[in-house]
Amino acid sequence: MTAAMRDPMLPRPFRIEKVRRELSDTFTMELVPAEGGGFAFAAGQFNMLYVFGIGEVPISISGDPGDGGKLIHTTRAVGAVTRAMDSMRAGDVVGVRGPFGTPWPVEEAFGHDLVFVAGGVGLAPLRPAIYQAMANRQRFGKVVVLYGARTPDDILFRRELERWRGRFDMEVHVTVDRGNPKWSGNVGVVPNLIAHAGFDPLSTTAFVCGPEVMMRYTALALEKNGVGREGIFLSMERNMKCGCGLCGHCQWGPHFVCKDGPVYRYDRIADLLAIREL
Amino acid sequence: MGQPHDLGQIIDAHPFFKGIDSTLRSLLVGCAANERFEPGDFLVREGRPADKFYLLRAGQVAVEVDVPGKAPIVLETIGEGEVLGWSWVIEPYVSTFDARAMTLVRAVSFDGACLRRKMAGDPALGYEVLRRFLPVIGHRLATARLQLLDLYGPGVAKAARAKRKNGQ
Ligand SMILES: Cc1cc2nc3c(=O)[nH]c(=O)nc-3n(C[C@H](O)[C@H](O)[C@H](O)COP(=O)(O)OP(=O)(O)OC[C@H]3O[C@@H](n4cnc5c(N)ncnc54)[C@H](O)[C@@H]3O)c2cc1C
Ligand code: FES
Repeated sequence: MTAAMRDPMLPRPFRIEKVRRELSDTFTMELVPAEGGGFAFAAGQFNMLYVFGIGEVPISISGDPGDGGKLIHTTRAVGAVTRAMDSMRAGDVVGVRGPFGTPWPVEEAFGHDLVFVAGGVGLAPLRPAIYQAMANRQRFGKVVVLYGARTPDDILFRRELERWRGRFDMEVHVTVDRGNPKWSGNVGVVPNLIAHAGFDPLSTTAFVCGPEVMMRYTALALEKNGVGREGIFLSMERNMKCGCGLCGHCQWGPHFVCKDGPVYRYDRIADLLAIREL
Repeated sequence: MGQPHDLGQIIDAHPFFKGIDSTLRSLLVGCAANERFEPGDFLVREGRPADKFYLLRAGQVAVEVDVPGKAPIVLETIGEGEVLGWSWVIEPYVSTFDARAMTLVRAVSFDGACLRRKMAGDPALGYEVLRRFLPVIGHRLATARLQLLDLYGPGVAKAARAKRKNGQ
């Protein structure tokens, strides 16, 4: 059955091939379709992951969109479903519905400097776009990754960040809210890194993902440093049920985040972000 | 110490004094000196007279609090293109934190007493300097508050979700 014909409400069984512990509360699962076939998606999209008998949650895809064979998700265990997922092992089966939602507009950013700003587990939904950018490296000016974590022990994909920082064609800065005696890097919030990153604000596209408060202040800092609102994209989170625009659970003003988002251009949502009740 | 001419160019090139009027800048130069710090050197010590501020030209500085018997707590790091210290302009002119060089640091320092004297005698200079310091102070306060929010901990997402749930 093709993806187009598939019922979006019907979970597809995927077998967990590998589980990797990233942080004390965060893990990455590699999934393969139990019934065979691949899984095509665009960077920034998410799936509804179903732990049978427990419940279903929206989780962004954190793998490489160029590698259609494996489906990769990085999840932080915070509640009933994600904790149950955390206790699953290789060989177990989860239900997958998706991919859903709008992607990071990586190709539209060709010819620009590309700035990724991530906070906490927000690096996971951005990683597919970073992979896609690096696979098309010559199409961009500078590629900059700015990442903020709570403490040095909470830095997600640490080895990968180090590897990226070692490249000559990528600029990576990491900061933490609270250092420790072994940490000799930046301490402070991630918007503070923006002024130090060497990009041309007049020709920059910025992708931002993290807690909503962090994204609001990051967008302000990007604007303050000269990046236009139409060049800034944020990935929004709202509670979801169907994931595909049917139930209205994820309504945010006039938007259904699962369908119109999660990735939004900042100028289209800046007013909504300012409304406290939403 | 560098020549005043060099210092003038350095001050002009630093983002903090970007676009400053040349007459005011030459008043600043009279209170300025080139400095260099090795990793571990202190630029500022808590409780000591705040007799200087620094334009950081290269390297990284940790603003920190000393905790007896433990490693100091780093509150923030600041680096190239930023300014360090404003206690020199606020009575009683005493430093409130330590500032330690994390790397080799090159900076232009300004003698606080010298500059205060000049600012008192020349309100245009006084206004210009304070006008540039206030946004930095505001920005540092705002980011310190953000840091306190512990944005990546479970608390903030939890509170936001609860608020949305109650509103539904
Ligand atoms: C489009 C989209 C993409 C997402 N992508 C990812 C992803 O890639 N990785 C990931 O880990 N999460 C992601 N999330 C968040 C994830 O969906 C939630 O963490 C999950 O639904 C929580 O479900 P639960 O049953 O485990 O917890 P619940 O039982 O629903 O909640 C348990 C407690 O945790 C709190 N909580 C819920 N969500 C969060 C959160 N995000 N952070 C901190 N505390 C929370 C709740 O307020 C509650 O108190 C995404 C959400 C959306 C909408
Ligand atoms: S989750 Fe049902 S409409 Fe978005």
